[in-house]
Amino acid sequence: MADSVIAITLRLILSGAVIFALLIFSFGTAAAVASKGDGFGTLVLADFSAIRFTIWQALVSAILSVCLAIPVSRALWRQSFFGRRALITLLGAPFILPVLVGVLGLLAVFGRSGWISELLLFFGLGRISIYGAFGVILAHVFFNLPLATRLLLQGWSAVPGERFRVADSLGSNSWAKFLLIEWPMLRGAIPGAFVLIFLLCLTSFTVALAVGGGPKGTTIELAIYQAFRFDFDLGKAASLATVQFGICVTVAFLACVVPLPKLGGIGLDRLVLQFDAWKHRKLDLIWISGAAVFLILPLAAILFRGLGNILTLPGQVLTASITSLLIALISTAVCICLALVLSLSLAYSRLNTQKIAEGISILGLSTSPLVVGTGLFLMIFPFVHPASLAIPVTAFVNAMMAMPFVLRVLMPAVREIYNDYLHLRLSLNMGRGVWLMRIVFPRLRRPIGFSVGLVAALSMGDFGVIALFSDPELQTLPLMLYRLMGAYRMDQAAAVAVVLVAQSLFLFWIFDQGGRRHSIS
Amino acid sequence: MTKEDEDILYLKNVCFTQEKFSLTADFSVSKGGRVAIIGPSGEGKSTLLLGISGFLQPTAGEVLWDGKPMSNHPGQRPLSILFQEHNLFPHLSAADNVALGLNPNMWLSKEQVLLVDKALDQVGLSEKAEAYPRDLSGGQRGRVGLARILLRKRPLILLDEPFSALGPALKDEMLEVLDKILKLTGATALMVTHDTNDAIKFADEAILVADGHAHKPQEIKSLFSNPPLALQKYIGTRR
Repeated sequence: MADSVIAITLRLILSGAVIFALLIFSFGTAAAVASKGDGFGTLVLADFSAIRFTIWQALVSAILSVCLAIPVSRALWRQSFFGRRALITLLGAPFILPVLVGVLGLLAVFGRSGWISELLLFFGLGRISIYGAFGVILAHVFFNLPLATRLLLQGWSAVPGERFRVADSLGSNSWAKFLLIEWPMLRGAIPGAFVLIFLLCLTSFTVALAVGGGPKGTTIELAIYQAFRFDFDLGKAASLATVQFGICVTVAFLACVVPLPKLGGIGLDRLVLQFDAWKHRKLDLIWISGAAVFLILPLAAILFRGLGNILTLPGQVLTASITSLLIALISTAVCICLALVLSLSLAYSRLNTQKIAEGISILGLSTSPLVVGTGLFLMIFPFVHPASLAIPVTAFVNAMMAMPFVLRVLMPAVREIYNDYLHLRLSLNMGRGVWLMRIVFPRLRRPIGFSVGLVAALSMGDFGVIALFSDPELQTLPLMLYRLMGAYRMDQAAAVAVVLVAQSLFLFWIFDQGGRRHSIS
Repeated sequence: MTKEDEDILYLKNVCFTQEKFSLTADFSVSKGGRVAIIGPSGEGKSTLLLGISGFLQPTAGEVLWDGKPMSNHPGQRPLSILFQEHNLFPHLSAADNVALGLNPNMWLSKEQVLLVDKALDQVGLSEKAEAYPRDLSGGQRGRVGLARILLRKRPLILLDEPFSALGPALKDEMLEVLDKILKLTGATALMVTHDTNDAIKFADEAILVADGHAHKPQEIKSLFSNPPLALQKYIGTRR
């Protein structure tokens, strides 16, 4: 390369610094936590049942999500119907939907005074209760079934159409076609989807906080929070956090063996011509409508309930909305800057950037926000009052938690530009400034716009670390939503949820569109 | 015997529609004939094959084989088809891929296993029976596909640019294997190709597909020596 030693050194320092920051973020905080722990001897019976419940619910949620996703994704892939494209797009929504909003919607449908309970009462049957294991698993399936469906849909779409035509023209029956085409695809796609969802459910905190609890519905994350907030037993919180970290690292090793799926979204709505798709049409449409109703009903319930109550909200909602916006924008700026620095400085290296991005993804997915939050709390506690740093800490943690997703989008995009055009740049003797400003950034416009939108929406709706750090003075939209839910003021909670979703979606939309405009690909 | 009596495949005022594109055809092909399908990209050559093989039902007219309409199920039509790519299942060995030609549901009797070995031998691949497609070269993969066609013994063979990714020497080799198979089975064959040399080597007649219409088969040498305007545009006038 024609670059000076200074440039090479600079790139090394920059990429090293970002990776170091990421490592400190997950392992450093975990170490801080472990050093304060009281040892495992202080863990009581309830803590062990929390450990067992955490693993069990993650296992059940992942199995259910993946198993249900198989028929749903197959139906979506081979049937064409009105609204197919819209439904596939909607499957991406739970990913940026604030968890509390989803839970609130599920409460409105499946809760004690939800629609289904009312219906059961009408027929003289009892109400159903969402609190406990059922609710935790229901919510996890609600959030992860769409993800699993998208991942498997990617798998189906990647099967060449010729393969089906070969099997059909040979006259293979359905079972032979399953063995020839479908099983090899599923065998490749299922492990990755399963491990990914298992990891997400292991570290999920908000769901357990909102519908879990009690002896049969407490996860480790929730136990950490309770030890922290209610008992202020830092030693116990630290011991639990160490256990959580240990479990996640173990699963992360598993994830290294099983390649995690790519979170791309290209070509999902491609329809393959299959001459016998009509045979399965009835059953397929049942699966599709079932999944669609399960997904749309809770969201519709919130919209229905919330829109009418927006005007009853107190003026605080404005403050909360601005604070949330501030947190989202700060964490987006931090996340994108770090991700760009890392992607660009690694673009020349001969290292396998895909492996690095994957490593960081696994690290990020297995990092528990509660462990990180506890660690950061312990680190800054001796110096300042943690609540006074709630906003910057939340913004920083959100930025780091979103990093894996952003790197998975940006790193391949940067690599592609360098692969395609670097020789042209060198042969034209183009300077670095022109190269970056006229070639690299314009071509990155779309992936950057998408990533910025993603981080902003994720950060806006996140409710993890802020629950740990906040004092009653602090108002953000998720905090306000949580407090209203806790006070069973569900109408106002639904109204806040509508504001929160509108604000998140608007941020995502505006950045994503900004990236699309003027982009020539 | 008149020419009409020898014909076996009929496309009677057929129209195939794929999304916004439609292709019309009205021709017949003689029994044992070797026909090249030529013409510019995206003008319907592959659509024609999909229509004949039954993956696409005609929106008008009918496709007849031996005077009768063919089954709606592609697997029950009297034909075999070879695509440009993805003819083999990557997780099955060469022998298993060939075996699918005898039993598409993959259970073989001992006699059938011997038939598979023989077919692989006839295409010169007996040593590669247990190899997986990823360990085979492009030419070897093509041979596996041809061995399967040989075993299926269907009277019509459709080929959709199966050798276009191969180098000239390999291509000739594959055409020889194909020639052997056609002589063994006496099948009628239609092959889509981009290469005029291949077309001349393989076929006696050619169907020109251009502007949404598949023309009647014409004697290939006279077609190239006196090309109509659509063909001139496609092959260029400087040849």
